[in-house]
Amino acid sequence: MTANYEVKEHDVLIIGAGGAGLRAAIEALAQGASVGVVCKSLLGKAHTVMAEGGIAAAMCNVDAADSWKVHFRDTMRGGKLLNNWRMAQLHAQEAPARVEELEQWGALFDRTENGTILQRAFGGHTFKRLCHVGDRTGLELIRTLQDRGVQQGIDCYMECTVTRLLVENGRFVGAFAYWRETGRFVVFKAKAVVIATGGIGQAWTVTSNSWEYTGDGMALAYEAGAELMDMEFVQFHPTGMVWPPGVQGILVTEAVRGEGGILRNKLGERFMEKYDPKRMELSTRDVVARSIYTEVREGRGTEHGGAYLDISHKPAEYVKKKLPSMYHQFKELADVDITKGPMEVGPTCHYVMGGIRVEAETGQSTVPGIFAAGEAAAGLHGANRLGGNSLSDLLVFGRRAGIAAAAHAKSVKSGATDSAQIQEAEKELLAPFSNEGESPYAVHRDLQTVMQSLVGIYRTADDLERASTELQMLKARATAASVEGSRMFNPGWHLSRELKSMLIVAEAVTKSAMARAESRGAHSRIDFPDLDAAWEKKHNIIVGEAGAMVRKEMPIPDLPADLQEILAQE
Amino acid sequence: MADTVLRVFRGDAGGGATVDYQVPVAPGMVVLDALHYIQGHIAPDLAVRWNCKAGKCGSCSAEVNGRPRLTCKTRMDALPNDEPIVVMPMKSFPKIKDLVTDVSWNYAVNRKIPPFQPRPGADWKISQLDVDRVQEFRKCIECFLCQNVCHVLRDHDKKEQFGGPRFFVRVAGLEMHPLDGANRIGLLKDELGLGLCNITKCCTEVCPEEIHITDNAIIPLKERVVDEFYDPITMLFRKLRGTSEKRN
Repeated sequence: MTANYEVKEHDVLIIGAGGAGLRAAIEALAQGASVGVVCKSLLGKAHTVMAEGGIAAAMCNVDAADSWKVHFRDTMRGGKLLNNWRMAQLHAQEAPARVEELEQWGALFDRTENGTILQRAFGGHTFKRLCHVGDRTGLELIRTLQDRGVQQGIDCYMECTVTRLLVENGRFVGAFAYWRETGRFVVFKAKAVVIATGGIGQAWTVTSNSWEYTGDGMALAYEAGAELMDMEFVQFHPTGMVWPPGVQGILVTEAVRGEGGILRNKLGERFMEKYDPKRMELSTRDVVARSIYTEVREGRGTEHGGAYLDISHKPAEYVKKKLPSMYHQFKELADVDITKGPMEVGPTCHYVMGGIRVEAETGQSTVPGIFAAGEAAAGLHGANRLGGNSLSDLLVFGRRAGIAAAAHAKSVKSGATDSAQIQEAEKELLAPFSNEGESPYAVHRDLQTVMQSLVGIYRTADDLERASTELQMLKARATAASVEGSRMFNPGWHLSRELKSMLIVAEAVTKSAMARAESRGAHSRIDFPDLDAAWEKKHNIIVGEAGAMVRKEMPIPDLPADLQEILAQE
Repeated sequence: MADTVLRVFRGDAGGGATVDYQVPVAPGMVVLDALHYIQGHIAPDLAVRWNCKAGKCGSCSAEVNGRPRLTCKTRMDALPNDEPIVVMPMKSFPKIKDLVTDVSWNYAVNRKIPPFQPRPGADWKISQLDVDRVQEFRKCIECFLCQNVCHVLRDHDKKEQFGGPRFFVRVAGLEMHPLDGANRIGLLKDELGLGLCNITKCCTEVCPEEIHITDNAIIPLKERVVDEFYDPITMLFRKLRGTSEKRN
């Protein structure tokens, strides 16, 4: 029988072409590996382009008193000490060099008076630390990496979706995928893979995340036997658009507050005075999101159920210069001129701190040959991520995963892929064409409603129990979902596979949230409103065992004395 | 809530026709919302590209009522409501399916452009003024609407000889980078066919990022080509010195 798929072979396969994937690819290539990058969209469209505010790095261009130690401390405190301390240390130490490198590859950041890279204030950062390009820093980052990668010789497989990692004798040997355009299958044989697939926001109704953010990488790793960690920590960004309905959830950059934006309720009160009088609008995202949510719930919300965010006290030209895309976004989509009046904003599902459990230095997961970096990996951000720490995360750990994956590829021989696994993957993928269930879009909407209403900013045991029951029913509906049309560029069919990923991560989030009987960072339990010292010392681990999702706990190692000292300082 | 009719192209490289879909209109709705409604409730196999839904990624380009636009930024209430809204794929690129076109040619052109090369010993202190000029070009979100509307590509299909406005913007961003040391003027003249552009400004008109493509990118680049290849004085200097001076 002739195979139903073509075969491509590389030393290192990278899944995802956002910041982490491209940075990993560039580095693996520099180590002499042959590198293939697979991405669901066209190159340059990954979610990184939506990052707005900046890259956090202690360059000390604006505040000379900054240092990696202060950045480390801010990150750990923002993450409520649940961070992998080694990752937080490496991140703070290496971020400045990663930014300089971008500049040497052609990125052009906004400048200080004396010509160095300008840095702006952001929530939870003690000093002005975010290197930025107006409010389109992510675009600058991705374009720079994209051009660098292409010129260095990465092979990029665009509009291609991986649906299964192929594992033989406990180690990674390849991946099964399909071309979105034709619906045909492709097998990537490789010795190592870097999962850089980003987040999971599409499982919630109100989200800043694009259709790509369906937790594919976490689900792939989970199914290949890897462990997920701290999945209960889902970040709701405090400021998404709330009106009109079509734009609900679209991100309003934290840079608005970084540049001096003020939050008020409908009574005109600057309500952050109540919740965090010291840091006010530049408190951490978990705090600001809960504050807005509470104001709305207690009847002090705006007409469309949000808060007012006002930057109009700044000169109009300054606002247009520093926040150009916000200016256009509100003018064109909401008929609001932000240089003249306030925006209406409310929380939107934005980021997941949890993800694939990896080693700090290498990004290696618990399965040999499977690496992860960026949002798909867990550890750096603990219970809450600081704004600006994501872009630096992508660069620091993308590079590290690229080095480690290339080294791993050198140390092993390529393994044989098992045709039975491939046939099973084909069968699973084609099932929706012969099913007779409902449209995947209907199942997706209901999944979003369940996660939005029961696994949102505030959680209770009852809600989480209900969510867990609902998810089991949704799983059955997703498996039975049917699609119409052909295999050619068929979004309904694509969604039917992404539903499976979303359901795996949704279950992992719910299971972990149910166990963590405390409130910490982005995880807020109404029935357990306080921090619990015992939970400060452990991670939630999710792993598949004999076809069932199992939760375990893992102790957090103590900080070495030097880092403890840094953390204790004011 | 009032309904409106979206008349959407359905088909592929082999042909196709428009199909009418009844869509309920909500306040502030954009054309992409309407396309999502069709996918979610009527035709789940309708092929559409999109990502950010906020005008930042340049994925959802199409021709709405004959005008090239990002569908995520095209408000329904800005279009006539007494007639169907016609949504067609970009005309200058081969059709794949429905609103999705094959834009791979753009990626092939991009690969021809030499990357940023810092001048040896470059001082990394740069003034904001110098950055501003280049940042305009780096705003490009690669929606390819300028490529779609450019008559050299749209009417004359000169994809073999011509790079198109998107890549003139990209080259301008590199050539005018204050620290760049490479020279792409020969490439512009020969491989990217800059001379074929007769500055009708169609590209500038459709740019969702409001980049002054013609005035700030194409015309200065044309001047550089002239200086380098057709200016007798420069040619004489070059002959005498045996080099050409790179200017930023």
